[in-house]
Amino acid sequence: MDPEAVRLFSIFFIGVLLTLLAGFYCILTSANLIRTIIGMEVLTKGMTLLIIVVGKTAARMALAQALAITMIIIEVAVIVVAVGIVLCVHKYSGSVDVKLLRNIKG
Amino acid sequence: MTNLDIVLLICLVAAAVATVMTARLLRSAIALALTSAVLTVLMFRMDAPLAGVFELSVCAGLIPAILISTIGLTQRLTFETLEVRRKELLRRFWYLPLIVVLVGIAMTHVRIPLDFPPPPPPAAISVREVLWNLRHVDLLGQIVILLAGAFGVAVLVKEVKDGS
Repeated sequence: MDPEAVRLFSIFFIGVLLTLLAGFYCILTSANLIRTIIGMEVLTKGMTLLIIVVGKTAARMALAQALAITMIIIEVAVIVVAVGIVLCVHKYSGSVDVKLLRNIKG
Repeated sequence: MTNLDIVLLICLVAAAVATVMTARLLRSAIALALTSAVLTVLMFRMDAPLAGVFELSVCAGLIPAILISTIGLTQRLTFETLEVRRKELLRRFWYLPLIVVLVGIAMTHVRIPLDFPPPPPPAAISVREVLWNLRHVDLLGQIVILLAGAFGVAVLVKEVKDGS
């Protein structure tokens, strides 16, 4: 492979990995449902960057852009539904604490 | 790849970490918008302008607006609750920062095997052709997911309105 492409992938892969770790950390350690959604967003940022970097490395930018656009659109749908669920939880329990989700049954 | 790309990558990781570590949710949402903006600049520099435009308009504009509206509609957790939760979580996940540091150190030493065959010469194909001719099933999936999302939100909002 082109050494420049390998160098680009190696450097950006570290950034992608750190971004993904930040997202996972946020999802695992957050007590607030909104912050959990923000953690999901950070995860998708890392994955979008990974798609673009792989497209650049493999010289397939058109395909990478199409996949990134697909991912962004799906991301919006997921976030909007997640926000709707958070608003419902807040309506029923009066809080956005993840612990209170255990009380929701049926 | 230039030094500017590396600086932008560092800015992206820093913005992502700031998004996660900021105590206030509003600042966290703004830091998320900043992360998307930096990612957009990286996309433009990597010859992905169309995806960059989507990222800028949707991820740096629409999603933070939705999140900020949600923060405004919900009640924030009390200080005591947050403290209790933080102590519980720190007790459960004390090892996570250690993992981040170890992975960072390991990544500087481990060489990623990239012995892929060289890619064929890039075909002169546009994003429009890829989307409409090669990945049309993706478009169908996008439409279905958007409709499902709209339907889901309509049901959720109706339930909240009815109180049932």
